[in-house]
Amino acid sequence: MPPTFEVQDISFSYEAIPAIRGLTLRIDEGDHVALLGANGSGKSTLLRILDALYFPSAGSVKFKGEALTQKHFQQDEFSLNFRRRVALVFQNPDVQLFNPTVFDEVAYGPLQMQWSKEDVMRRVDETLQFMSISHLRDRPPYRLSGGEKKRVALASVLVLDPEVLLLDEPTATLDPKSQSQVVDLIQQWKGTAKTVVTATHQLEIVEDIADRVLVLEAGAVIAEGTPSEILSNSDLLLRANLIHAHRHSHGGIVHSHPHLHGHSHHEHEH
Amino acid sequence: MSQHSFVESTIRGFTRAVSKALQAEHAATQPGLLQHLDPRVRVIGIFSLVISVILCRRLEAIAAIFLIAVAIAVASRVSLKSLAKRVWLVVLGFSGVIALPALFLTPGEPLFTAAALHLSVSVQGLRTAALLVLRVETAATLTTVLVLSTAWTHILKALRSLRLPAEVVTMLAMTHRYVFLLIETANQMFESRQSRAVGILSASEQRKMTARTAGVLLSKSIELSHEVYLAMVSRGFRGEVRLLTDFRLRPRDYVGLTAFVFSSCLAAWMGR
Repeated sequence: MPPTFEVQDISFSYEAIPAIRGLTLRIDEGDHVALLGANGSGKSTLLRILDALYFPSAGSVKFKGEALTQKHFQQDEFSLNFRRRVALVFQNPDVQLFNPTVFDEVAYGPLQMQWSKEDVMRRVDETLQFMSISHLRDRPPYRLSGGEKKRVALASVLVLDPEVLLLDEPTATLDPKSQSQVVDLIQQWKGTAKTVVTATHQLEIVEDIADRVLVLEAGAVIAEGTPSEILSNSDLLLRANLIHAHRHSHGGIVHSHPHLHGHSHHEHEH
Repeated sequence: MSQHSFVESTIRGFTRAVSKALQAEHAATQPGLLQHLDPRVRVIGIFSLVISVILCRRLEAIAAIFLIAVAIAVASRVSLKSLAKRVWLVVLGFSGVIALPALFLTPGEPLFTAAALHLSVSVQGLRTAALLVLRVETAATLTTVLVLSTAWTHILKALRSLRLPAEVVTMLAMTHRYVFLLIETANQMFESRQSRAVGILSASEQRKMTARTAGVLLSKSIELSHEVYLAMVSRGFRGEVRLLTDFRLRPRDYVGLTAFVFSSCLAAWMGR
C-alpha cells in the first residue's frame, strides 16, 4: 500500500524568505505524527503543503501514490476527492469560521462535496452532537469563546469524516479544560485508520497525541523518533528552541538548566 | 477631543457595526413581504426599480418610487428609524454636498437671491439638486431594504444563479466573510492602544495614530483575506455558492416579479 504522504526533498519560500528547505518525510496510514518546532520553523507551511494549499517550488508530494500538483487540482473530481479525505484545522479558528451560524459552518464542507440535503442535515446533526456543540447550532461563530470556536472548527472538518487530519496548534490559546478535551479527541483516533499530523510547540501534549515526532528547525527535519526519545533529549530541544536555559537561585546557589514551560513543578539535583 | 474619548468612540463604533450586522441577519429571518419572495425575485425586482430610478428624469416619478421603497421596507419589517439613520441622513450629507453647486450654477428663473453674496437660486437649480439627491436616496433605500431583508448568502446565490461571474461572487463573499474579522482586529488594536495610553494626544498625534492604524489594518486585512480563502479552499470551495436552501419559484413569486417589473416600467415611462 502506498504511504499516505510521501514528501521528497521539497522546498518552499514566501517570496525571498525560505520556509521549507529540502524536506523529506513519509507518513503511513494510521500514523499519529507530531511536528515539533519553535515559531517560524516551518510547521504551518508544511501542513499547508500537505493539504495542497501551497505547492512546493522544488521536490514532490504524493498522497496515496498520487502526485499533488496544481494541474491535478484543476480537475473537480480530483480536488473534491482529496478535500474530502484530507482536512486541515487552522491555527486561528477565526479564519476558518466564516458562515452566519454554527450549523451553516459545519454544513459548508458537505455542501461543497455536493452531498444530498438529507445527508448534509443528518451528518451535521451527528457531528454537532459528537462534539457536544448542538446548543451552539444557531449562534454566529464569531461570537463564540476561544474554546467553542476551536470545537466548531474541528466539527467543520470532522463532518466529512476525513482519513487524514492536519492540526495546526490545536491546543494553543485554549484554557486547560478545552485543551484536554482536544487532546482526548485526538487520543480517540489512536489505533484507528485515521492519520493525524499535529503541529505544536507544546511538549506536554506530545506523548498523548503522537507515536512519532519530527523536530523541525528552519524548514528542515533535524530529528525523528518516538515521543520519549525526543522529549528526553534536552540538547536537541534546546537547539530547536523548544526549551530554554532557565536561570534561577535557591539554597544560595545561582545556576541555570533547561526549562520547559507548561509544567508548574519541576525537580532537579545540584 | 481627548484621546480616550476618541479611542472609546472608535471602539463603540466597531461594536455598533457588529451588532447592526447581527440585527440585519435577524431581520432577514423575520416574516415580511420581501422575505416571502424567492431571493432571485427580490434581486431582480429591486434592481429593476433601481434602473428605473436611474432612467427617470421627472422628480414626481422618482418620488413615487421612493414611496414604493418605503412601503416595501415597512411591509418587510425593516425599521424606518434605522433606514433614516443609516441611509437617508448619510446619503443626504454626501449627495447634498455634490448637489449644492447645482442650486447656484444652473441658469433659470430666480427663486431666491442673496444680493450681498451675489448668489441666486433658480427654480431649475433647485429641481436639478432635488433630482440628484432624491435619485441617490431612492436607490440607496432600495438596495438597503434588499440587504436587510435577505440573508447575505441568499443574495450571493441569487446573483450567481442570475449568471454573475463566479469570480465576482467570490469577491463579494470574501468581503463579507472577513469584514467581521477586520472589525474585531481593529477593535483589539484600539483596545490595546487604549490600555497603554497615558495623557492626552494632540489632534495631529491623533491623526498620525489613525493613519498608522489604517496602514497596519490594511496589511492585516490582506493577510486575513488570504487565510480565509485558504480555509475555504481546504474545505472544497471551487468558486460556487452552495446552500442547503433550494430556490424554487412559487405562484406568489411570479406575482411579485410581475408587480416589480410593471412598477419599474411604469415609473420609467412616466418619468421619461
